Amino acid sequence: MNAIGELMREPSASGRYGGFGGRFVPESLVPACEDLDRAFRLAWGDPTFRGELDRLLREYGGRPTPVFACRRLSERIGVRVLLKREDLNHTGSHKLNNVIGQALLAEAMGKTRLVAETGAGQHGVATATAAALFGMDCTIYMGATDIERQELNVFRMRLLGAEVLPVESGSRTLKDAVNEALRDWVGTVATTHYCIGSVMGPHPYPFIVRELQRIIGDEARQQCRDLLNADPDLVVACVGGGSNAAGTFAGFVDSGARLVGVEAAGGAAMSHGIAGIVHGMLSRFLQDENGQILEAHSISAGLDYPGVGPEHAYLGELGRAQYEQASDEEVLAAVELLAQTEGIIPALEPAHAVAWVVREAGRSIPRDSSVLITMSGRGDKDVALVMERLGK
Amino acid sequence: MGLAPSLLHRRDAGHKLLVPYVTGGLGRDWIDSLEAVAAAGADAVEVGLPFSDPMMDGPVIQRASVEALASGATAQRIIAEVASADVSVPVAVMTYYNLVARMGHRRMAHLLAGAGVTGAIVPDLPLDELDGWAEEADSAGVATVLLAAPTTPPERLKLIVERARGFLYAVGSMGVTGERADLAASAAEIAGRCKAATDLPVLVGVGISTPAQAVEVCQVADGVVVGSALVRRLLDGCGPEGAADLVREFRVALDG
Repeated sequence: MNAIGELMREPSASGRYGGFGGRFVPESLVPACEDLDRAFRLAWGDPTFRGELDRLLREYGGRPTPVFACRRLSERIGVRVLLKREDLNHTGSHKLNNVIGQALLAEAMGKTRLVAETGAGQHGVATATAAALFGMDCTIYMGATDIERQELNVFRMRLLGAEVLPVESGSRTLKDAVNEALRDWVGTVATTHYCIGSVMGPHPYPFIVRELQRIIGDEARQQCRDLLNADPDLVVACVGGGSNAAGTFAGFVDSGARLVGVEAAGGAAMSHGIAGIVHGMLSRFLQDENGQILEAHSISAGLDYPGVGPEHAYLGELGRAQYEQASDEEVLAAVELLAQTEGIIPALEPAHAVAWVVREAGRSIPRDSSVLITMSGRGDKDVALVMERLGK
Repeated sequence: MGLAPSLLHRRDAGHKLLVPYVTGGLGRDWIDSLEAVAAAGADAVEVGLPFSDPMMDGPVIQRASVEALASGATAQRIIAEVASADVSVPVAVMTYYNLVARMGHRRMAHLLAGAGVTGAIVPDLPLDELDGWAEEADSAGVATVLLAAPTTPPERLKLIVERARGFLYAVGSMGVTGERADLAASAAEIAGRCKAATDLPVLVGVGISTPAQAVEVCQVADGVVVGSALVRRLLDGCGPEGAADLVREFRVALDG
């Protein structure tokens, strides 16, 4: 488990990544998690399942997504920036990779309903999309605060036939939506698959979601070789729960690239979190001295989460990946910069990765380094918020 | 007396067991409520140590947790108040694992034991993750109550029974804590499976809302845990006497 070549492969039988991970759920859900683990391992080794998943991602999702070398941005900041364009997936983010896989798995398990949490709404939209494609019922839990700031995605989900339920408890954001989705699942587990949106939750979810997102890093590794004749010097991705980062890192963990996850400054569980147990996993969480979970604060609903996936906690502990932060102001500036130098309006979440690269170019990132950034989603959903914040 | 011996003594004397749940730190008079409930015919009482993210709880316990935390409740303070309360039946705490882990297994076990708390229910700490806590709890004399759910397979139920202390908590209904109009069919079934698997007292919780439901499920089970039905009244302002009245209703029905 400690050898670098073994990293980001199989977790231990109890779902541990080093000391992190595990399965901390009420007894009612333990058998469901065990069934899911068995079903996923069977499917993942089954050429028919893999073939069908590949076909859907290609013909329906639009994969492979390109890697684009940014000329003007690179000239501006003095490092060579490449973008892995997950924003070009159907539904506009990397979330589709995960939900198509989980919906296919749910179908194989005989489930007829998907339930999911969503923050920015990207995972909710992707899940609603998959439910429509597979003819399944769909319920999305979304914090009431997030519903207010992501109206367009709420309507999208409803247009796709999903039921969107506002969550009024706690901080009324992503963390509370996860609680509510878990509560739903405890009562409906016989017919329902909980389609979790990130590399978090009880085992086997962090494993499943990382494997379903691995395609980002696997594709990008080859694409970088084609473009650079080498691996990039740095690989950078934003981290909320951490699924696009996990999928990207999985393709590069055995390379020489420096791996960097960028969190929202107000939700930086890797920098300020303490080991704890929430949402079924042992990982790092923002919490007080009594073990009460603190609210995260970020302009980006998708990163507004006080925890992080357990495998990131492990990669950070080992030092194989480093975790940094970007502030709301830096993120807004990065949105403008990328829009005006490359004609790409990023979602606020990957704009964190861009913002960190812009700040560190010529500092902790040596000049002329090659930097791959995962552009995990497009910015359409955030345009109204950005307009308001930039006062334009 | 420990949790199991005390409950077994009552059961073997022919009583059905009644364990009310009160959210610790809910209102300034919560200790009065605890004492009143204990004196109104409870065989043990459960005290909730509130957590910000109670995944297993429905709206009533969630609201009570939020209110208790907002008024400054902490696990340490609640446990200290329990230590000085006038309660003659065993007290068990129910909480989430993050509170235990944050304090540390040994420190929490000793704090509970020192306060005279004889049981702990940690619903998000299933059998497979139990070892670290259970060793400290066992050695401190705090009984770790385990849950058995309608979905628990027979082989797993055997393992749960081996590790369970105090009593076996049979989850009556798939879902989170909260009141239900009707007793789930799963309640009697899981109670029956648990009874067949252990001599520990088998108490059904989750979805026991009325004395009639308690009587019905106790045709199979040894007793019931009553949480949301009681906490809802406390949230509505029934006060210690109102809480005691409800517990007496359950007691009378179960003794009938």
